[in-house]
Amino acid sequence: MNEPVNEPLLAVSGLTVRLDVSGAKRAVLRDVALTVRAGEALGLVGESGSGKSMTARAIDRLLPRGAEVDGTIRFDGRDVNTLAGADLRRYRNQVAMIFQDPRAHVNPVRRIGDYMTEALRTNLGVPAAEASRRASDMLSQVGIDGGARRLRQYPHELSGGMLQRVMIAAALLTEPRLLLADEPTTALDVTTQAEVMAILDELRHEFGLAMVFITHDLELAAAICDRTAVMYAGQIVEIRESAQLHDDPLHPYTAALAAARPDITRTAGRLRAIAGRPLSAFEAPPDQCAFAPRCGYAVDACREGLPEITELDGGLSRCVRARELRGKLGAPANA
Amino acid sequence: MPEQAAPVLEVTSLRKEFGDLVAVDDVSFRVAEAGSVAIVGESGSGKTTIARMIVGLERPTGGSITACGHDRSRPARSRPDRRRRGREVQIVFQDPYTSLDPRQTAEEAIDEVLRLHHGWPADRRRARVAELTELVGLDERQARALPRALSGGQRQRVAIARALAAEPRILILDESVAALDVSIQAQVLNLLADIRDETGVSYILISHDLAVVRQLTEEVVVLHRGQVVERGPTPRVLDNPQEDYTKRLRASVPRPGWQPARRVRPGPTPQEGSP
Repeated sequence: MNEPVNEPLLAVSGLTVRLDVSGAKRAVLRDVALTVRAGEALGLVGESGSGKSMTARAIDRLLPRGAEVDGTIRFDGRDVNTLAGADLRRYRNQVAMIFQDPRAHVNPVRRIGDYMTEALRTNLGVPAAEASRRASDMLSQVGIDGGARRLRQYPHELSGGMLQRVMIAAALLTEPRLLLADEPTTALDVTTQAEVMAILDELRHEFGLAMVFITHDLELAAAICDRTAVMYAGQIVEIRESAQLHDDPLHPYTAALAAARPDITRTAGRLRAIAGRPLSAFEAPPDQCAFAPRCGYAVDACREGLPEITELDGGLSRCVRARELRGKLGAPANA
Repeated sequence: MPEQAAPVLEVTSLRKEFGDLVAVDDVSFRVAEAGSVAIVGESGSGKTTIARMIVGLERPTGGSITACGHDRSRPARSRPDRRRRGREVQIVFQDPYTSLDPRQTAEEAIDEVLRLHHGWPADRRRARVAELTELVGLDERQARALPRALSGGQRQRVAIARALAAEPRILILDESVAALDVSIQAQVLNLLADIRDETGVSYILISHDLAVVRQLTEEVVVLHRGQVVERGPTPRVLDNPQEDYTKRLRASVPRPGWQPARRVRPGPTPQEGSP
């Protein structure tokens, strides 16, 4: 391959996905663009229906049958949408995915060892004994001792937190370069979440793994991702360095999301709730800012056309007033 | 809340065994009139079992539960007794998708409770249904809709209105805002604060979310493996936790600059500072 060396590992541009919704094709993603550099962690934050999981599924080519896809997804310089057969299998070994509910993604009647070594044995031709040894080693990396015994156990014998660590270990076994993590800690207790996040963070650095981390929790994304993309109604509305996202957001929705969350350090007289409810992409008006109906800063211009995503202060914002609102959106304390 | 005010709920030495497992072990706490107490803990801590015993869905192995001066640690003996209990304590569950009857509109669900508990004539019930739907912020169309036509946040409002229809003195919120989107969660938390101001109902909040606990409660009881490990005013416990478990719980909450801590280390600990 002869692409320039500074090309990002993953580059998504102009991604629009339409699915059959009660007989009609409706957009669930609209003009999504993002990049992930080798070894970088990108957070993907949004409420239900914002399109964050759909984005991950599009990247891993796991969209439902009949999905219409426009735009490009390039991984390591190759067009992902045209991959087929052995190329697609190789791609999926390089891009691993972990999900919110490990129990829904593991066969309950097969042993942990079968599950963990399947890709190694069938896709990479690793002999069974060697595959088991590697699986056992990887289990110890994620803090699970007694690997050989664990490999003989069934999923129901493991707690949710332990099973999620098994999923992470299994995902890392094929030595992927990108990890797509879809709310991997949402179903876990907070102390278990901290544990799993620590493991993910540590191993990601150790293996130089890039990650797209999907969550509804702005604070969690900000804490562990280099940059964070905020999604609303199937669009990315802001991408920014995580360190700046909370205190110095570029888009009113990001600011509103941060301000709506109760604060563990103080009791607010009232929370700054966002009026109305989050819209799904296919409910959003196609020709205006999707957030405008709920936005405290909306003016006529917001309803006169779909805002472009534009660069600002090292980030990206899809707000026509972004420049004018600079410095005024910083999450104010709840009254 | 002044200490001497008679508690609206008093739980003393509560215990629940499931076979060999002690799910709840010697738990005691009080809820003051119009007070708000959080029961905090992780899965398996016994917090939901405590809620289920207070409502009457589980029978305690030992200890007592007294609500509004009436013992409720044993099953109700008669229909009037059961109804009275329903007017003392109501519960709102976590999942608004499974806690409503799919064939009942929001109005019908609320009306059913009014008919059962108050025996009012139709016009009075209609007026009260309108008040309750208004209180929880449902519009007319939503009030006439079946659950499947409502979002999660709207369904949770129906569940809250339905629980309030019995005019309970105590409302148990069992992870009631945990499944809601952040922007909707804020609306429902504000609503719950308003309802307590207006009606003087007491809350028992069962939650793993310490930020929600801070927002909605004055006192907190921290549970670990069925036992109370720490208790006190919510600000004090969250700002200055005394027990190791509470400290660990507090440190696990993501925040700017948070470094997730790993307790279980793989194999031999790697050398610090090695190149």
